[in-house]
Amino acid sequence: MTTPTAVALEDAEVAFQLGDGRVYTAVEKAHLTVAQGEFVAIVGPTGCGKSTLLNVAAGLLKPAAGRVEIFDQPLAGLNRDAGYLFQADALFPWKTALDNVAIGLEIRGTPRSEALPRAQKWLTSVGLGAFANRYPHMLSGGQRKRVALAQVLIRDPKILLMDEPFGPLDAQTRQVMGNLLLDLWNADRKAVLFVTHDLEEAIALADRVVIMSAGPSSRIIGDWRVSLPRPRDIFEVRLDKEFHALHREIWSVLKDEVMKGYAQSAQAAEAV
Amino acid sequence: MSRVTLLSLQVLVAVVCLALWQLLSTVPVFGKILLPPFFFSNPIDVFAQIVKWFSSGVIWKHLGITLTESILAFVIGSLGGVLIGFWFARQPLVAAVFDPYVKMVNALPRVVLAPIFALWLGLGIWSKVALGVTLVFFIVFFNVYQGVKEVSRTVLDNGRMLGMSERQLMQHVYWPSALSWMFSSLHTSVGFAVVGAVVGEYLGSAAGLGYLIQQAEGIFDVAGVFAGMFVLSAFVILIDFGVTLVERRLLVWRPTVDGRG
Repeated sequence: MTTPTAVALEDAEVAFQLGDGRVYTAVEKAHLTVAQGEFVAIVGPTGCGKSTLLNVAAGLLKPAAGRVEIFDQPLAGLNRDAGYLFQADALFPWKTALDNVAIGLEIRGTPRSEALPRAQKWLTSVGLGAFANRYPHMLSGGQRKRVALAQVLIRDPKILLMDEPFGPLDAQTRQVMGNLLLDLWNADRKAVLFVTHDLEEAIALADRVVIMSAGPSSRIIGDWRVSLPRPRDIFEVRLDKEFHALHREIWSVLKDEVMKGYAQSAQAAEAV
Repeated sequence: MSRVTLLSLQVLVAVVCLALWQLLSTVPVFGKILLPPFFFSNPIDVFAQIVKWFSSGVIWKHLGITLTESILAFVIGSLGGVLIGFWFARQPLVAAVFDPYVKMVNALPRVVLAPIFALWLGLGIWSKVALGVTLVFFIVFFNVYQGVKEVSRTVLDNGRMLGMSERQLMQHVYWPSALSWMFSSLHTSVGFAVVGAVVGEYLGSAAGLGYLIQQAEGIFDVAGVFAGMFVLSAFVILIDFGVTLVERRLLVWRPTVDGRG
C-alpha cells in the first residue's frame, strides 16, 4: 500500500497582473508532492516565489494554471485541512496568549469552558504554561512564535504549512524552536511543507529538501531525500558526516541560483 | 525627578501666577494698576464667587446639565461614528459615493450649526447634544474607518486559515481593531463633546456652565466669567482623568508608546 498524498501541486503556475498591464510569472510549472507524514522543506533564493507556492497550497492564492490537490481532492477555496504558520506576527494583539490559542477551537463551536483548559495544555507543551495571561506585546519574538505554533496545532490540522516561521528570530532561538517543532511533529507526524532560505535548517528538519531556482518564472530544480535518522537533535545533526555531504551537494546547486537572484535584484534596482 | 518635587513645582507655577494676578490687580505699580479690576477682577473675588456657587448649591444644577449634554453627545456621536465608519470601511462603494459630502460637512465650522439646532430643537439640552454629536461623530468615524481598513493583512489571513467565517472575522478581527482605534481617540472625542455642550449653552440656553459664563459676561461680572472658566477647567480635568482610567482598563493589550510594555 502506498502512503496517501497530502499535498500535490501539478504544473502549478502563479502569475500576477502588474500595474502596467504586463503579467509577472512568479512560479512556472511547479510539480511538488508531500506524502502524509512527510516533512518537506522548500529552499530557494530570496524572491524565488517559495512563499507564493505555499500560499497556493493554503488556498490563499489561486494558481493561474495547473492543479492543486489535497488528499486527492481538488482544492477549492481555502485549504481547510491545513494549519498555517506565518512569517510575520499573526497573533491577535487584543487577545491574551491563552485566548489566542483557544480561538482555534472556539470558532469551531467548542464551548469556552472546554477550549480554555485545552489551550492551557498546549501553552504548557510549547513551554509557555506560565504566560497564559500575557498579551502578545508582552512576549518576546520567540515566545510569540510558540503561541502561534500552539494556535495552529490545537486545531490538529492534517497538514502544516510554514512560511519561514523562524525567520525573524535570532540564531539560538531558531534552533530551540526547530527542536520544539520536531518534538511536537514526532508525536503524530503530520504532512509538513516548510519554506525557508536557510539550507542547514532545511536539512536538519526535513525528510526531503526541494530547491527552487531564482525568480521570476522560478522552477523546482532539485529534490533531495534526507535519510538522517530520527528522532533528530538539531544541534547534534549538524555535526553528522552525512549532513555535511548532503549540504555540500545541495549547496553546489543552490549557490548558482543565489548568485543569479542577487544579480537579478541588482538589475531590477538599476532599472528603477 | 521624584513625584514630590514635580508636584511641588507644578503647584509653585499656580501660586506664582495667582500671586502676580492678585498683586498687579490691587497694588499700583508706579501709580498705575496694571490689571484694572473691571477687566481682570482678582483671584480672591473669583475664588469667593466659586465658593458662593458651591455653598449655595446653584452650581450643581448647571454642572449636571453640562455633564448630561456631554455624555449624551459622546454616546450618540460615538455610536453613529462606529456604525457608519464600520459600514463605510466594509462597503468601499458607499464610502466612495459619500466621500465628498463627508469631507464637506467635516470642513464646516460646526459653530454655524448652533443657530439651526436651536431653531429645530429649542433651547433645551438637545440642541447642545446635537452640536456635540456633530463634533464627536467625525472624530470617531474617521478613526474607526481607518481602523477597519488597516487591519493587518497577516492577522486577517491567519483568521481565515484558522477557519473563521466572515461573521467571526467581524467579531474577532475587525471589531476589536475598530474599537481600539476608537478608544485611542477617546480623549479627543470626550473633549469635543464638552466643547459642543458649552459652546451650545453659551450661544443660547437656560442652564449649564456655558450659560453661567454668558450670564456673567452680560452684566460685566468679570469675576463670574473667570469663576466659570475655572469650574469648567476642573470639570474637564476630572472627566479626562475618568477617561484615562477607562482607557487603562480597555487597552491593556496595547504596547505603551515607549515600547517598554
